[in-house]
Amino acid sequence: MDHITFLVAVVIVTALAFDFTNGFHDTANAMATSIATGALKPKTAVLISGALNLVGAFLSTEVAKTISGGIVNDAKVTPGMIFAGLVGAILWNLLTWLVGLPSSSSHALFGGLIGAVWVGAGSGAVNFDKVVEKIIIPAFASPVVAGVAALIATYCAYKLTARGRAGSVTKGFRLGQIGSASLVSLAHGTNDAQKTMGIITLTLISVGALPDGAGPPVWVITTAGLAIGLGTYIGGWRIIRTMGKGLTEIQSPQGFAAETASTAVILTSAHMGFALSTTQVASGSILGAGLGRRLAEVRWGVAGRMVAAWVITLPCAALVGGISAYAVKHGGNFGTVVVALVGAALAAGIVLLSRRNPIDAKNVNDGHQVAIRTEPPSHVGTAA
Amino acid sequence: MSIDWTSLGQVTAVSIGVTFAVVVVFAFGVLGLSRYEGAKEQGGTSTAGIAQAGLCFLACAAVVAYGIYLIVPQFH
Repeated sequence: MDHITFLVAVVIVTALAFDFTNGFHDTANAMATSIATGALKPKTAVLISGALNLVGAFLSTEVAKTISGGIVNDAKVTPGMIFAGLVGAILWNLLTWLVGLPSSSSHALFGGLIGAVWVGAGSGAVNFDKVVEKIIIPAFASPVVAGVAALIATYCAYKLTARGRAGSVTKGFRLGQIGSASLVSLAHGTNDAQKTMGIITLTLISVGALPDGAGPPVWVITTAGLAIGLGTYIGGWRIIRTMGKGLTEIQSPQGFAAETASTAVILTSAHMGFALSTTQVASGSILGAGLGRRLAEVRWGVAGRMVAAWVITLPCAALVGGISAYAVKHGGNFGTVVVALVGAALAAGIVLLSRRNPIDAKNVNDGHQVAIRTEPPSHVGTAA
Repeated sequence: MSIDWTSLGQVTAVSIGVTFAVVVVFAFGVLGLSRYEGAKEQGGTSTAGIAQAGLCFLACAAVVAYGIYLIVPQFH
């Protein structure tokens, strides 16, 4: 293990930290509607989702063979740039969690890497064609497809079951939700955990600790699976509230339709080799389900802020990644330590801010707003 | 850069079709269940209701099983 330098150790720890934020940021994708409709108790939901993410991590043999899926030139990527990109992704994930907005963890990761590689190796190392093809087009298409599917399905579900007994209908769809939410969790584990595994494995290969083309060692699979599973179990309750309550008031037929649409879109695209963001698919489904029930209120203000967060996720993570890469490039190990310490301090600051108005398993369904202060906010302060 | 419109169209069509089919079949299952529970409340029973529910839920379970098959690479 003499190959593992200080920098490589830092990259591995940071990658696992990102994996953890990825887990708790994305719990909402699978479980928000089940929690909102009472199909599953909040703690039960995150336990099932966390366990299925862990299982998914072990099931997936198709570990990412490139760090970025071709978005940046992997040959020019150094462990320092990976570290800088991960810092950008983690900070952006934490910031959007603080304000309760579902943003894509994959976009944060790609953004961080793009920024870090741009600063570290020049703009030529970023494949902008791939950025359009793999990020921008799916970002437009996938939520729309999921939304239309959920809208049609929700409308039909209400039309068909209008004659049924209300109690039986609610109960029936709640049971169905458990199945559809579990499928989303499992698919998430097989997709997202392997990104972190890929990053760690490729870093180890780049310093010669593993032979070329080697698969991830068991300890990498285990730690990555545990990080994402634990993150999911801790639960990003602020985002769960926004997705389950904030966008629209979800009833069990809508929850079932939304989760079925998410599962269908995620599995079909994975089968066809389309990259997409689980977060955006799930949000699109929930909006569609909101529109499909007549008289259901969709809070367009919340939806608008969410879409704004999607648009700025990549550039913002890229900015942080770029600044970090600059420090690492010119500061060496000292710069890396400074970036790590500043990043950790900012992360701790965000967590402390969230304590002012904590949202957890007990109060997640009590309201639909995610405020940073308990008193009426005069301004949205983000100490970051 | 080329956009693969055919695949995009296929993803759209398949996703919407599958979602629609599963939710409609499930809704019929729920209706069957509702009829059975309604009959039970009045002291009777509804064989047709429970059969309809069972068949529909079974069909949905089959789709879930196919979904798991798609997710788990070891099955391919």
